Amino acid sequence: MLLGKVVGTIWATKKYLTLDSYKLQFVQPLNSKLEKTGEPFIAVDTIGAGPGEVIFYATSSEAVLAMDVEMAPVDASIVGIIDSINTEN
Amino acid sequence: MVLGKVIGTVWSTRKDEKLIGSKFLIVKQLDLQNKLKENFVVAVDSVGAGVGEVVLYATGSSARQTNVTKDKPVDAVIMAIVDKLDISVKE
Repeated sequence: MLLGKVVGTIWATKKYLTLDSYKLQFVQPLNSKLEKTGEPFIAVDTIGAGPGEVIFYATSSEAVLAMDVEMAPVDASIVGIIDSINTEN
Repeated sequence: MVLGKVIGTVWSTRKDEKLIGSKFLIVKQLDLQNKLKENFVVAVDSVGAGVGEVVLYATGSSARQTNVTKDKPVDAVIMAIVDKLDISVKE
């Protein structure tokens, strides 16, 4: 999984059928010092993270496992909201 | 998934036989300031997107997780048409 921050939301009424009822959020990837790194992308949100919250997300076909559907064209999903990070360096 | 805009269509008669019947659209990536970027993909359409529409597309093996791309040599699929996007956290 990787770190990210929710920076916005997407509304799409016309989408693939198994994506119904799932929120689509804009995520900005972060590095371990919580600085912006890389391009924002869109992830399915199964946890209910709000804008500005630091999260971690799963990518590629594992992303579908966070959703309780058999098949969904999803390559990123938010799987946790971070409370705190402790790095010994 | 990635934000993009459909800028064209691809027709191909001679192709892998598993791809017969698939609709191919050219999607250019959009940045958060709604500007078109250079890179683009040819994606299979699974939601009836048209040229000019802002869409989301999934890439990699997740792209095969739809009824139109299952077990096909496809690594990009358009799976949503964007109605509205809201960037609430600005740096």
